[in-house]
Amino acid sequence: MKSERVAAIVGVAESDLGKTPGKNVLQLQAQAAKLALEDAGLTKHDVDAIFTAGNWAWAPNLMLAEYLGIQPKYTDSTNIGGSSFEAHVGHAAAGIKAGLFDVALITYGSTNRTKPTNSSFQSPLTAQYEIPYGLPTPVGAYALAATRHMHQYGTTSEQLAEIAVATRKWATLNEKAYMREPIEIADVLNSRFIAEPLHLLDCCLVSDGGGAVIVASNKVASKLKKKPVWILGHGESHSHNTITNMPDLTMTSARESGKAAFEMAGISHHEIDVAEIYDSFTITVLLTLEALGFCQPGEGGAFVSGQRTAPGGDFPMNTNGGGLSYCHPGMYGIFLLIEAVRQLRGECDVRQVSDANLALVHGTGGVLSSTSTVILGRD
Amino acid sequence: MIKDLIKSGIDEESKPYWDGLIDHKLLIQQCEDCQQSIFYPRSICPHCFSGQLSWFQANGTGSIYSFTIVHQGYGPFKGEPPYVVGIVELDEGVRMMTRIIGDKDEISIGKRVSVVYKEVEEDFVLPYFQLIA
Repeated sequence: MKSERVAAIVGVAESDLGKTPGKNVLQLQAQAAKLALEDAGLTKHDVDAIFTAGNWAWAPNLMLAEYLGIQPKYTDSTNIGGSSFEAHVGHAAAGIKAGLFDVALITYGSTNRTKPTNSSFQSPLTAQYEIPYGLPTPVGAYALAATRHMHQYGTTSEQLAEIAVATRKWATLNEKAYMREPIEIADVLNSRFIAEPLHLLDCCLVSDGGGAVIVASNKVASKLKKKPVWILGHGESHSHNTITNMPDLTMTSARESGKAAFEMAGISHHEIDVAEIYDSFTITVLLTLEALGFCQPGEGGAFVSGQRTAPGGDFPMNTNGGGLSYCHPGMYGIFLLIEAVRQLRGECDVRQVSDANLALVHGTGGVLSSTSTVILGRD
Repeated sequence: MIKDLIKSGIDEESKPYWDGLIDHKLLIQQCEDCQQSIFYPRSICPHCFSGQLSWFQANGTGSIYSFTIVHQGYGPFKGEPPYVVGIVELDEGVRMMTRIIGDKDEISIGKRVSVVYKEVEEDFVLPYFQLIA
């Protein structure tokens, strides 16, 4: 391992999850922020940098910081979809390394289930060449990738279903998960098609919820009650916006973001103890495992077969039950970070992965458009 | 109305494309400097950043790069499923999203297709594609 211990995640929390009628996105973020600061042993007066992403305001950072009563000296509203928060962690670590601030608050909040925010843009711009064809977004775009992967490599619906089944097993071990009834591969295959080849149970939930992550400098982190979870590596990229313009429907920019993160951390794949990989759809996970290099292109189906990613399997993945079964409030990336930190701290009770020292967190945003990879480790 | 979903986006940059479809012409661009074909319409070449782009009529044939049978429609498409949305790679080397019409059982990746001009609403024509027999 070569990376310096410059910045760490020192606090994490979720807000209420699932269905939160009566709560708005600011309440959810405030609730998560307060809990995450308590988790860290810090107060809002320690926060000198703000990171958030959302489409609920013209300038979300301004509205959120005012609501929380925080005047930051560093602010970042990078929005690349569901992977935004992994990017925020990377940017926070870089800012801390540059000496620009000491404590960053990263938040997300969404009422995607009970009160979806409609982003009404003045003009569809480049989306005008896709919208008239009625592709349901984002699921249809992921279905196009799945069809292509099946054609190119012989990947099967059963192999995709392995991911949904394994992830549900983890959800049965997490009392905060929304869907906890065990399922079998046949249940996935017999659920109705949304966009072929993706069935209902290949798709993530639609939830409300929020989360917060506190990133602190080594100087601050070393004085806190809980052990720091060090940010060892980070990488990010995006390859396209519209699915028609994805250069290769079977290869995401995780190839680039993952490579950068592994190189920064100075570790190799076999050292990862637990992986939290964005699962908007089952195909998202399969493509990501290949692009990150856990297996070769086309081998993702075989890689996840035999419930390898389930509790007790040799590749523990999405240990909170994932976007498929725990929660998915639109941009899920912050919850991947929260779970990885809890695993590395040993706070996960019945779903704890034993001897979890190194975690890989990988966000995917848009329609397989953006990726950001973070590697975390404990002392 | 489908056109209503995008009409605020039809501007000087995209109008030649949409107008071409009304005349049953599939117009795309070519960079006069690096010679690459370009779709969707732009004011700058995404390959070499040249601003010298010209319109030309595509042949209207290509092959299926991927497709999905949509079972859950939304908005104006709600009553339509099942229908096939695909990405077609034109012989000129650019990809575009489209509807693929005809026998769903016959559709597969790599098959040859040709453009069909579908007047989905008055004065609004979309380039759908069908399998070449």
